[in-house]
Amino acid sequence: MSAVASPQTTPTRVGSPAGRVTQANVLRSEWTKLWSLRSTRWSLLASFIAMAGLGPLVAAVQMSRWNQLHPHDRATYDAINTAVGGYHLAQLAIGVLGVLVITGEYSTGMIRSSMMAVPRRLPVLWAKLLVFAVVTFVLMLIASLISFFAVQAIVTQHHVQHGIGDPGALRTVIGAALFLTVLGAMCVGLGGILRNTAGGIATFVGLLFVLPGISAILPSSVNDSISPYLPLNAATTVASHSFDNSHHLAVWAGFALFCGYTVLAVAGAAVSLRRRDA
Amino acid sequence: MLRCPGVDNLNMIEIDHVTKRYGEKVAVDDLTFTVKPGIVTGFLGPNGAGKSTTMRVILGLDRPTAGSATVNGKPYSELPAPLHDVGALLEARAIHTGRSAYNHLVAMAQTHGIGRSRVQEVIELVGLSEVARKRAGGFSLGMGQRLGIAAAMLGDPATLILDEPANGLDPEGILWIRNLLKGLAAEGRTVFLSSHLMAEMAQTAEHLVVIGRGRLIADTTVAEIVAQASQNAAVIVRTPQAGELRDVLVGDGVTVKSAEREVLEVHGLTSAEVGAAAAAHQIVLHELIPQNASLEEAFMGLTGGAVEYHAGALDPQLVDSIPEAA
Repeated sequence: MSAVASPQTTPTRVGSPAGRVTQANVLRSEWTKLWSLRSTRWSLLASFIAMAGLGPLVAAVQMSRWNQLHPHDRATYDAINTAVGGYHLAQLAIGVLGVLVITGEYSTGMIRSSMMAVPRRLPVLWAKLLVFAVVTFVLMLIASLISFFAVQAIVTQHHVQHGIGDPGALRTVIGAALFLTVLGAMCVGLGGILRNTAGGIATFVGLLFVLPGISAILPSSVNDSISPYLPLNAATTVASHSFDNSHHLAVWAGFALFCGYTVLAVAGAAVSLRRRDA
Repeated sequence: MLRCPGVDNLNMIEIDHVTKRYGEKVAVDDLTFTVKPGIVTGFLGPNGAGKSTTMRVILGLDRPTAGSATVNGKPYSELPAPLHDVGALLEARAIHTGRSAYNHLVAMAQTHGIGRSRVQEVIELVGLSEVARKRAGGFSLGMGQRLGIAAAMLGDPATLILDEPANGLDPEGILWIRNLLKGLAAEGRTVFLSSHLMAEMAQTAEHLVVIGRGRLIADTTVAEIVAQASQNAAVIVRTPQAGELRDVLVGDGVTVKSAEREVLEVHGLTSAEVGAAAAAHQIVLHELIPQNASLEEAFMGLTGGAVEYHAGALDPQLVDSIPEAA
């Protein structure tokens, strides 16, 4: 860099007269922000590999040990559940990334630049949610489809495969992507409420994975009545081909409830963003 | 540059009875002043005086507890294209450390539909071309300041708000900032610049707003402060006829002190006047030294009572002598 850069700031009138803040412009900005961080790219790649690869891996192991499996396990083997099993791993990466989408801006101070550029603030939240949701859904759907067809090809050797047209198959494959997408949105909301990476991730893990554990140590009558309404149990109905009905709501009812929780988290983030100092 | 002539509060920043409390702590206390268009206004005050808070209120980052701040007649949050109206450099970093300088600027530009050619322009303006594709997290303080200035210049704003832009810069960087600010002012932009260094201000600012403990202390010009400072300036005279000279000089508005034998400290007269008086009375002078009070001293005089944090080792007598902030 030159020592004393002469301040050539001839006011070249930049920015077309139309250069004002619009939701579409903010969306473009958030798209750039999402993809210009190495951590985001790695997290998305990791969740893609998990979603696409874990199912086939598990299926291959199971097929190789097919004859040692318990007859009951063989009789109830669900190759569709195996195919979407990657979400168990992907949900962690997507959830953490969702939290980071917002808390990463607070921890680095970037939020101040974002809020100065878009002082009405909420367009930033909507743009972050939309960009992250679309990216997550597209990537997870592709990964889920890859896993589905790979798993079915693998399990054909023992004739337990399903076609994508079988009852519930397509719903489960798309459902896994839907679940991960809404989970990501919920974590964006949590990040917006807490503004702190560690706090956001702890809350996400607590709500989804710790609550069921606490519920399980309660008297079973209590557990049975609470359990279907816990976020993760409600959410994963849509991403499961077959499940134990006693602990789950109906497929779309469960998913709708999870969407409701997510709306609460996002609303909390919106209020916090509007009210609190940046 | 003028986009909508006829609007009289164009490029003007108005602070109207702004108070900002963080819990119990009052950071800004009923502050009112106006940053006039087209000149460089210095915003001066000791550390912790509330300069940064005031700037954050202007930029819509903090909501004032009471009062209002407007830019071009509107609250910042209601500007349809704020980056075209105001460019800001905050004291605290406002850049994601994992993103390259180029991508940071692109993301900022996109919010306003500003093209990539302008991004390239501001990168060249601040001299970051060689490192623009590197992660901002690895930038030195100086490079970070340059990137902050680049972001402020993206929308080619008529008003710039810069919080301690020279902070942490090496002499080369300070010189660069100073030249940049002079250039910006020469183009007729409104510049509102904070600093805790009076000397830095004297180099660039025309008008001064001085605050201490969140309150307005002075709203004046640099020239006026310099004049005030020199009013209190002393003239040191060394003469073997100290007693005689004292009798000659003492009068209305003139005080003479003697720190040691044959040395007088004269207040209220210029060195020329002292010399003339001595000549008229045939008094021999060995030395005649005008003591110009520095701007720094003038600043200390202004804000002495409003310093938030005193060094622990201060002479207690000195602390006692500092008047409480009004």
